[in-house]
Amino acid sequence: MNRLACLVVVIGMALPAFAQDARKSGFDYMGPDTQAMQKDDLANPGMLSVLEGETLWNTPTGKAQKSCAACHGDATQSMKGVAARYPAMDDKTQSAIDLAGRIIQCRVERQEAPAPQREGRELLSLSAFVGRQSRDMPISPPQDAKLAATRAQGAALYSARMGQLNFSCAQCHDDNAGGHLGAAPIPQAHPNGYPLYRLEWQSLGSLQRRFRNCMSGMRAEPFAAGSTEAIALEAFLMERAAGMKLETPAVRP
Amino acid sequence: MWRLLGLLAVLVSFDASAQTLVPYRIENGAITQSLTGVKGDAAKGRAIVVERQKGLCLLCHSGPFPEERFQGDLAPSLAGTGSRMSEGEIRLRMVDSTKVNEKTIMPPYYRSEGLERVAANYKAKTLLNAQEIEDVIAFLVSLKDDTQK
Ligand code: HEC
Ligand code: HEC
Repeated sequence: MNRLACLVVVIGMALPAFAQDARKSGFDYMGPDTQAMQKDDLANPGMLSVLEGETLWNTPTGKAQKSCAACHGDATQSMKGVAARYPAMDDKTQSAIDLAGRIIQCRVERQEAPAPQREGRELLSLSAFVGRQSRDMPISPPQDAKLAATRAQGAALYSARMGQLNFSCAQCHDDNAGGHLGAAPIPQAHPNGYPLYRLEWQSLGSLQRRFRNCMSGMRAEPFAAGSTEAIALEAFLMERAAGMKLETPAVRP
Repeated sequence: MWRLLGLLAVLVSFDASAQTLVPYRIENGAITQSLTGVKGDAAKGRAIVVERQKGLCLLCHSGPFPEERFQGDLAPSLAGTGSRMSEGEIRLRMVDSTKVNEKTIMPPYYRSEGLERVAANYKAKTLLNAQEIEDVIAFLVSLKDDTQK
């Protein structure tokens, strides 16, 4: 009996060592050249979008003829950490909203400008600029009980089999991460680099575009950008990646 | 594992609205009857296996395909399949691997029902048709030597 108790204590003490973080960024699965490209702001093609976003941030627009800066001031201060805590609850609609959705909301309601297109250049650049202000900060999902249902929906979608190939996200990204699908190393599907420059796309793209890529690979009907399902998946992945550092704008193969 | 399934005999239901599936019978962890009654063509089967957009096999499996770069490593090598299992056991795995391992990642190649959110282009279609399944089986049966690479 005593022995057993002793053993339990010993195992208990050893646990923290085992509990080491096994999570890896998509960055860790890349070759040294792509890693170097991401790390060097002068070589990182995503930085062009950040610069473009900065210009947009400071440009008055819409009927209100206000710039983002007119309300939010210096982005290096006001936008610091913001991308690390989205999706969040939108008080007005009482539903989860992603960062791109919030930017659209500001554009339409506060600047009285036309809604920027999802995956369009304007929205991606602004998202990249805002995201850049949180680079190297830990992902910090809001401690908001109201997001629990959204995260649970995302978790369910993540492990649901979909498409003609009958795959779930979890089968690849939890069960087979680190393996190879044909030539491609399978990463753990962390959302910590977005929007990011993907060499295969030859452009900047959002996390939700990445979801659509994987889903068409599964021969599944993709979730539309900004849909409840896409935001739920995003909220689940952000929670799953809590504490990992943001890399926006990352580079991926 | 497939001992459990041994007593199970499953008949796939007909779906007239979609591609009509040939009915088959699972017995003792195998589908012993050919889906078409026409002997499979191993050379065609090999072509399907290596074709990335069709068979998709090499996304996950490797095998005796020295000319193919980038074979996946998520599944056992296909080398020696014909020595490890019977034709009927292979047929069951091709038709619907979830009947052997509910959690498998291997897609069901001859099933069009019970799949969620299938993209419009692929709706109610099977990954391979019945004769293609037989062709692939004929090829896999011919992979006898465990040591070939
Ligand atoms: C059959 C395997 C497979 C399935 C199923 C799959 N993915 Fe992926 N996923 C990949 C591979 C491979 C990559 C890396 C692609 C590349 O870099 O070329 C990837 C990349 C990603 C990334 C990018 C990670 C990064 O570091 O930028 C995210 C996020 C992601 N997947 C999410 C999902 C979600 C959500 C689902 C389900 C809706 C899903 N995936 C289903 C194979 C899969
Ligand atoms: C997305 C992954 C994936 C794809 C694509 C795939 N398989 Fe598999 N296959 C597996 C896995 C994993 C197993 C191991 C058993 C299990 O987990 O069900 C397996 C098992 C098998 C087996 C039994 C092997 C043994 O020794 O037990 C055969 C035969 C087989 N697959 C043939 C094929 C053929 C032929 C194709 C293409 C037409 C194919 N597979 C496509 C993942 C896949």
